[in-house]
Amino acid sequence: MVLHLLRRTTVFVVSLVVASVAVFAFMTVLPGDPARVALGVNATEEAVAATRAEFGTDRPLVVQYADWVSGLPRGEFGRSYVTDADIGPQIVDRLLVTTWLVLSGMVVALIVALPLGIAAAVRHRTPSGALISGLSQVGVAVPSFIAGILLVTVFAVRLGWLPSGGWTPPAQDPVQFLRQLALPALALGLVQGAVLTRYVRSAVLDVLREDFLRTARAKGLTPTRALVRHGLRNAAIPVVTVLGLQLATLLIGAVVVERVFVIPGLGSLLLDGVANRDLLLVQGVVIVLVLAVLVVNFLVDVAYTVLDPRLRRAG
Amino acid sequence: MSRVNVSLVVGGVLVGLVVASALLSFVWTPYDAVQVDPATRIAPPSAAHWLGTDTFGRDVVSMLLVGARTTLFVGVVAVGVAAVAGTPIGVLAAMGPQWLGELVMRTNDLVLAFPALLLAVMFGAVFGPSTLTAMVAIGIATIPSFARLARSGTMQVLATEYVLAARAAGRTRTAIATRHVLPNIAGLLLVQASVSFAIAVLAEAALSFLGFGTRPPTPSWGRMLQEAQQLIYSTPELALWPGLAIALAVLGFNLLGDGLRDRFDPRLVDHR
Repeated sequence: MVLHLLRRTTVFVVSLVVASVAVFAFMTVLPGDPARVALGVNATEEAVAATRAEFGTDRPLVVQYADWVSGLPRGEFGRSYVTDADIGPQIVDRLLVTTWLVLSGMVVALIVALPLGIAAAVRHRTPSGALISGLSQVGVAVPSFIAGILLVTVFAVRLGWLPSGGWTPPAQDPVQFLRQLALPALALGLVQGAVLTRYVRSAVLDVLREDFLRTARAKGLTPTRALVRHGLRNAAIPVVTVLGLQLATLLIGAVVVERVFVIPGLGSLLLDGVANRDLLLVQGVVIVLVLAVLVVNFLVDVAYTVLDPRLRRAG
Repeated sequence: MSRVNVSLVVGGVLVGLVVASALLSFVWTPYDAVQVDPATRIAPPSAAHWLGTDTFGRDVVSMLLVGARTTLFVGVVAVGVAAVAGTPIGVLAAMGPQWLGELVMRTNDLVLAFPALLLAVMFGAVFGPSTLTAMVAIGIATIPSFARLARSGTMQVLATEYVLAARAAGRTRTAIATRHVLPNIAGLLLVQASVSFAIAVLAEAALSFLGFGTRPPTPSWGRMLQEAQQLIYSTPELALWPGLAIALAVLGFNLLGDGLRDRFDPRLVDHR
């Protein structure tokens, strides 16, 4: 297991480096000179040179990359070429908002998927099992931003129970925070819940066919106790993997959902950055999102190793 | 009738509807889909406009029909890019030296850290948002799925006795790849194409909704939805039609993929 973890850690670190090089190359090298972009086509050579020196883009690319990447662990993302604002604090603030959104979406997804997926598997030959499977199939087809618009139509426009958007920090007004979080969390979570339900169902179905479960029942355990004691832990392995992958999907889904609900998260910051052609800001947000996906995938792999007894004993 | 056929039939019908709408839009739409008419803006459904008109007085049915064309176009190009690039990469990774296979899989994992939407936003930021950047970004983000599937499918085929016989008979690697491997993994790739199509439809809709996909005035379901959201308090039903179109198209391609999988994946046939 230690060997496996060491190997995975090495791959993870290499991935981090390659991803940061790729993002830097794509966002810094391809778009051309930010000084010219900032000053426009009529700027004099002296003005461009002065701006390059101010931005630090007159240095070799390797130095620029090293400077940018060494700041990342300290939360330093540079200063925006467009607004001259420090990018780091903006990203940290917005990341907190997006984290609330993603985690609450994940909680909704789990609350939906675990009972429904297990029920669909245990009753897979009955109409109710088929109904759950059918519903989850439909849920998978509805993207979270459409779910968001539907939820707003019903709960904000028609019924007037919840606000249609906006954001209040939890420390400022916890009640309003929860009211505003409810619909976006449902929009993200219900759709992911539908996807997760299918995986939980198939994982539990696979476990139900296993010999060790038959043995457990032959030893006198009831089907429910056998499933709870021996089955669910084994079914958890593929589910944890999917859960990790879904966390990445949720993070990207949040970009769109933030737009629907006018939430000032990382997604909104990214889209505003693109609209203002603030490429250093976009580069910062992109690297945070990509690192988040890589970190989650790595943690899933570690969890997988720890959960799976075969991998735990190996190496 | 077994469940297998239900997925295939329902998926086929839904996909057929989208394709038929797109084809129909080339020869007929009730109105010009980009024709702005301030006199009839936000009209409710009527005999003249079956699903009403939008905020610019454009006919919703006409926009939905032309929007199907946009959706399919993006899907076909994106999935095409992914299949044409991903399949040979996967086959090579399986047939080549071990280090190559390892390198391909690690690169795959890395590309997977850049989801289609994020990649498209990056492309939009650097090259300017357009249908082309959206298609290419979705295509690139989908390459790993094809490469991974082609690699595992090829490895299974390479382990069969008829490939061993072909090798013993002195067939070249290229001949084995084209005459034995590709025909045998074609079914699996078709399943992946259908599932990827559903993802491409979703990504295109989301990108157009965010303003990173198809540019105005070309109708697209995602942008129809975004425009409808502005009127959610006065005419919420305007958001319903493009939302329904996107969901049914995605459902169709997903079901078609499920149906095809049941048909092509021999491991599943035994269970039914």
